[in-house]
Amino acid sequence: MQKSLSIDPDKCTGCLQCELACSYDNENAFNPAKSRIKIFTFHDKGRFVPYTCTQCYEAWCMHACPVDAITLDKGTGAKIVHDNLCVGCKVCTIACPFGTINYNADTGKVIKCDLCEGEPECAKACPTDAITYVDANWTGLEKMRAWAEKTDAGQASA
Amino acid sequence: MTYVIIGAGPAGVTAADTLRKADPKADIVMIGSEPEPPYSRMAIPYVLTGLIAEEGTYLRKEEGHYDKNAIQYRQGEAESIDPKNKVVKLKGTDDQPYSKLLIATGASPVKPPIDGLDLKGVHHCWTLEDCRNIMKFADKGADVVLMGAGFIGCIIMEALAERGVNLTVVEALDRMVPRMMNEAAGNMVKAWCEKQNVNVHTSTKVTKLEASKDPEDTLVVDLDNGKQIPAHLVVVATGVKSNIDFVDGAGLKTDQGILVDECMRTSVDDIYAAGDCAQGPDFSTGGWAVHAVQPTAVDHGRIAGLNMAGKSAPFKGSLNMNVLDTVGLISASFGKWDGIEGGDHAEVIDTENFKYMRLEFDGDKIIGALSLGRTDQIGVLRGLIQTEIALGPWKERLMENPHLIADAYVACSQQ
Repeated sequence: MQKSLSIDPDKCTGCLQCELACSYDNENAFNPAKSRIKIFTFHDKGRFVPYTCTQCYEAWCMHACPVDAITLDKGTGAKIVHDNLCVGCKVCTIACPFGTINYNADTGKVIKCDLCEGEPECAKACPTDAITYVDANWTGLEKMRAWAEKTDAGQASA
Repeated sequence: MTYVIIGAGPAGVTAADTLRKADPKADIVMIGSEPEPPYSRMAIPYVLTGLIAEEGTYLRKEEGHYDKNAIQYRQGEAESIDPKNKVVKLKGTDDQPYSKLLIATGASPVKPPIDGLDLKGVHHCWTLEDCRNIMKFADKGADVVLMGAGFIGCIIMEALAERGVNLTVVEALDRMVPRMMNEAAGNMVKAWCEKQNVNVHTSTKVTKLEASKDPEDTLVVDLDNGKQIPAHLVVVATGVKSNIDFVDGAGLKTDQGILVDECMRTSVDDIYAAGDCAQGPDFSTGGWAVHAVQPTAVDHGRIAGLNMAGKSAPFKGSLNMNVLDTVGLISASFGKWDGIEGGDHAEVIDTENFKYMRLEFDGDKIIGALSLGRTDQIGVLRGLIQTEIALGPWKERLMENPHLIADAYVACSQQ
């Protein structure tokens, strides 16, 4: 059974441990600006929403890449950016309707969540189980996927 | 069943892969007119900068991808189509019979009617061969004139600037990237480029090119403002046009490109079209348009492939969008960035820091956007537009601060 990140915003306290863990593990810096998971804060509702790539099946980023630099990791289901192939054209960053693949000007490449090869640091770092890594069928990411289909251009009926 | 695809660009290759997945046993033949394996024109500027070798432009990197997927790759140039006998006539080689045909022949650069464009040292930047030719001339310090500051021109500009040439850009219209930017954004791009030591002439036309002997083998570019610019190399990027001349006589309905329906079918049975040669459904207008951009080509290829394989996959249309890096200033445009009559808009201009964001609304939905100097979460603009999110209270917040796009998207989609 493949696993997915499961996100439960009701449990999130906005502590940003996930952003720190992600940026440290992937970019060697405790820098939320370089995190692949983002906590959105809605003060008016006292609500925090962790937000990252859903690893969607027909990934727009992967299809839009002109140089085949984004591929599927068959083990984890993650869509992986290959830095040696990425030319930094940024087409994926406009193709992804979630805004979860972003350009890193320091490296001239794009970055996105790769599920840390099956051991996501954000889930490990989350003290309240707002982010967990569980069997794919049980995740709140279905909600995002449902939105994804609304963006879609035709494969929903295919 | 033999699926034949004319063209080996992103639309053709995506269609071939989609067909193979959907119909594991059918014969698939893809016909390309260039000597290299299928490659991405979009990646050529990165060959010019030296970031990648030519192989880096190839559309599929897996060794033996086409063989492995039983996609027969044939070299040839389509001369005509005979829909009655279901064959494609190829120049100087055997006809190719088809059961279902996809036309994905792309587009070609156009040459404006100006004397001297056939001189030595004048090139388009469209094929890998063009790229090799440009690299011969575009050495550090060489004088280079780029005709056209459209989307493609600007991508090339970035690469030429990185090669350290002395670069002059000449654009006939009143601003840079006129088809993806309004005056405010286009002028900001111009100011930025000038700051990076690129000479930019807008509202200026090249009137003629002449060969020069001082120094030997160079050119003189005459402008309509009376100026003359010396050049070792002139790169022509004044627009592209769909490659559809060869379908004359096949009975396909055409306009700017080949007209297709929401399943990418042409007006002739068993013939489909995709990519830069197809005038496909446009999400924003409900009409039909040639977008000539990578995301649309890939959309087309997938939708055409699915429908050819008998899966019903109608298409709501592609969202026209672009992302551009002009010598370090990154911009993006989505959908109806120029707005609609009676629609609200929100705009913030930060001239000093080269940041700009403009959102266009229809009621409480976003229908288009333009941004400069921002890359973070820029994709949510596509999400906001294409899911037609009713923003409710978030519209007022975006009117006050259009940079809250990601907050608005997350709040509205993750309630």
